[in-house]
Amino acid sequence: MKKSVYSICGMCAVRCPLRVEVEDGKVTWIEGNSNDGGMGTSACAKAAASIPFQYDEQRPQSPMIRDGARGSGKWKEVSWDEAYSYINDKLKAIIAEHGAKAIMLTDRGGPFADMRKAFMKAIGSPNYINHDCTCGRNANHACKSTFGMGRTGFSYDLKNAKHIVLFGRNITESFKVKEVKSFMKAVKNGAHVTYVDPKVTNTAAKATRYWQNKPGTDYALLLGITNYIVANKFYDEEFVSKWCVGMPKLRTFLKPYTPEWAAEETGISAEEIKAFCHEINADRPGVVFHIGWLYARYKDTYYASRMLNILNALMGSVEQTGGLIYPKTPKHAGSSGLKSLGADIPAVEEKRCDKCDGELCHFDAGAGMLQVAYEAIDTGKPYPVKAYIVHRHNPLIALPDPKEQKRILDKLDLLVAVDVNYSETAWFADVILPESTYLERDTILRTEKGPKPGFGMRRKCVEPYYDTKPGWQIYVDLAERLGKGEYFPYKTIEDIWNYQLQDTDVKIEDFDAKGFVKLCDEPIGCSEENIKFGTKSGKIELFNKTREEAGIPSFKPYESPESPPEGSYRLLFGRKGYQTHGQSNNNPVLSQLLGTNKLMIHTAEAKKLGISNGDTVTVSSEDVQGSIEAEVTDFIHPEAVFMLHGFGTDVPAQKRAFGKGLADNAFMKGKLKDWDRAGGGLNLNECFVTVKPAA
Amino acid sequence: MSKYYVTQDVEMCIGCKACEVHCKTKNNSAEGAFFCKMIQVGPTMKNNLPVLDFVYMACFHCEKPWCVDACPTGAMQRREKDGIVFVDAAHCVGCKACMDACPWGVPQWDGATGKVDKCNLCMDRIDEGLEPACVSKCTTGCLSFGSPEQASDKKRQDFAERILSQKA
Repeated sequence: MKKSVYSICGMCAVRCPLRVEVEDGKVTWIEGNSNDGGMGTSACAKAAASIPFQYDEQRPQSPMIRDGARGSGKWKEVSWDEAYSYINDKLKAIIAEHGAKAIMLTDRGGPFADMRKAFMKAIGSPNYINHDCTCGRNANHACKSTFGMGRTGFSYDLKNAKHIVLFGRNITESFKVKEVKSFMKAVKNGAHVTYVDPKVTNTAAKATRYWQNKPGTDYALLLGITNYIVANKFYDEEFVSKWCVGMPKLRTFLKPYTPEWAAEETGISAEEIKAFCHEINADRPGVVFHIGWLYARYKDTYYASRMLNILNALMGSVEQTGGLIYPKTPKHAGSSGLKSLGADIPAVEEKRCDKCDGELCHFDAGAGMLQVAYEAIDTGKPYPVKAYIVHRHNPLIALPDPKEQKRILDKLDLLVAVDVNYSETAWFADVILPESTYLERDTILRTEKGPKPGFGMRRKCVEPYYDTKPGWQIYVDLAERLGKGEYFPYKTIEDIWNYQLQDTDVKIEDFDAKGFVKLCDEPIGCSEENIKFGTKSGKIELFNKTREEAGIPSFKPYESPESPPEGSYRLLFGRKGYQTHGQSNNNPVLSQLLGTNKLMIHTAEAKKLGISNGDTVTVSSEDVQGSIEAEVTDFIHPEAVFMLHGFGTDVPAQKRAFGKGLADNAFMKGKLKDWDRAGGGLNLNECFVTVKPAA
Repeated sequence: MSKYYVTQDVEMCIGCKACEVHCKTKNNSAEGAFFCKMIQVGPTMKNNLPVLDFVYMACFHCEKPWCVDACPTGAMQRREKDGIVFVDAAHCVGCKACMDACPWGVPQWDGATGKVDKCNLCMDRIDEGLEPACVSKCTTGCLSFGSPEQASDKKRQDFAERILSQKA
């Protein structure tokens, strides 16, 4: 018996809509949910690889409690009841001694996080935090500081754009299916694409202009560009005078940063910078400056992203075809939204351990900052944090310096990992609660913004193969045991869906036809009437007075990046379109495509060091050392070396990936505290390593 | 040549290997075996820009397949009605003669069964009026499935439209 089920992918954070065919209780086919026109039947390699992953023996198959030292890999398999009791006893003791605020939870954010946020609210802890300090924090805060809204406050009309500008945004490899389809339509239509990256990527090969700037000089290049655009009035004067504040201050600040100055800093000639600006001037308003996705890179990345936001404002591209479009919400379609699972739970009065509602209140408390929470675990200040629930998030591969992280995590009384993988963090935990794979679980409804706003549903396609549970069930169960069951009166996922839909006219069965529900028939188009900014002034704040008063300057004078000492290189990382950070390298199929990573190094540097292509080299940083195969190439800046992220796992249970390649974050010694005080992102590319031929 | 034709718009390909993995999970190909493969060419520099392409390599389903001629047992066959070249596993003895014979390295070795298998254009899907997995789910839509006649028509049309758009 064959059936078709609509789902939402769970193999990476993009969460594409899917249609899944199931025959005799087995998934036989996965494709894009073509009811979504932008998606079609397309699906990426990772989605395909979710089929064998379901049966993978190398993922957690039942709850497990540690039976040895942390990280020793000694486990006993237990029942769900035993695991819950163990967690419950520990949490109750911690709450009794330190209060519920001593419990924190991190996840990877996204549209389904509402369940975890509600759980934390119900137990009385303010410490819900997501992964974003290693992802979009800088871009988010840069967008807030200018447009008064988060980085997802705009979507990009790529397919109609005349010019797309990407600063290290490797849009064809670190890709979202719908976004890359839209991008490739623009490429096909002959749009200009300017791509800036110290390393050649697949995206560089799609660009009409590729700039290999010196690593760490994005901000300098952007200053040179903005200087020339402002000086020559290559911007939308009408839009700027109507909507922007701080133009005179910007003009004054930019004065010294001429294209000639930028050329010295970046290695990109003044003529090329000027030619780009002329092109942009002709292409606007259909110009998109991508403000950054994983833009947690250099010490001034927040300011680079701010300049990208400012350039978007100067282009006058807001609500213009080929520009920046507001993703329309249920409200735009005249409907109520989904009711938050935490809406009726009393607010938590306690202050956050990461201080994002206190002395660091210029950072978004919604996502919080894990690197600051680490300080609380380590020092007990502002108060002790003793329990940490890590939900399908893997700080030991995402944040710098796993050795230092383990030292800090070892101070916890309880570390619980809810995961589908034996992640590095799960392996170091006290308890692993195995979540069902996305094919085996229903999930709470999500809001889908866009020209036709609506809601999306992930339905369970098949029964769990192992003794696993869906995330929603785990948190309902834990809350119940902690005496907070009154806030989660849900026996089934339908109970939750009905709760979420209660303020709308939508019913569960409305999702049957397409897997999602749209709240309007016709797309809501662009209109100047939609223009609204969340800043204090209601305008685009090129100069942001509120943040100035909090000690965050709007314009930061440029400081050149440190050059690596002789024999050292700046360590860069990235990924391929068929991997998801550290989550996919042990996948039964994806590991066949990409078994390990290599170290890319420039030909001239390799020659100096006596390294040939394919040689094994030793990479070191302080007391961390590792061997890896060298890929000698002309297509990387000589000051940098590069490796794909997420390899070099030290988890023996990941048998296919164990010991293969190196983990970039292991070399970031002492870098857990090296983060952007203005933007909140970790400075993940401020790390130098030495490279030598292997002895 | 079979009556079908898979074409690739190289310019639209992003090298994401979705085709390879959709093929693998559809056809349960052996560990390390790929019935279709995206071959990376480059990067090289041309006119100050990096050139980096991915070329789709599956099976050409030849009119006179070397592999079929070489097969001593009749396991490697050409389907009469449409020219699809496929392996009947029941008759494969694992002699690898087809692997020697094929000029493009198309037949893939299955270490677990000791037999050969290869792209059959997902002929079960074709018989249902559907497209092969690689084409059907291609991320950017750079792969197309049809007849050689359709492909030729489309190429001419695209070329003509491009001339027009360059004029505009």
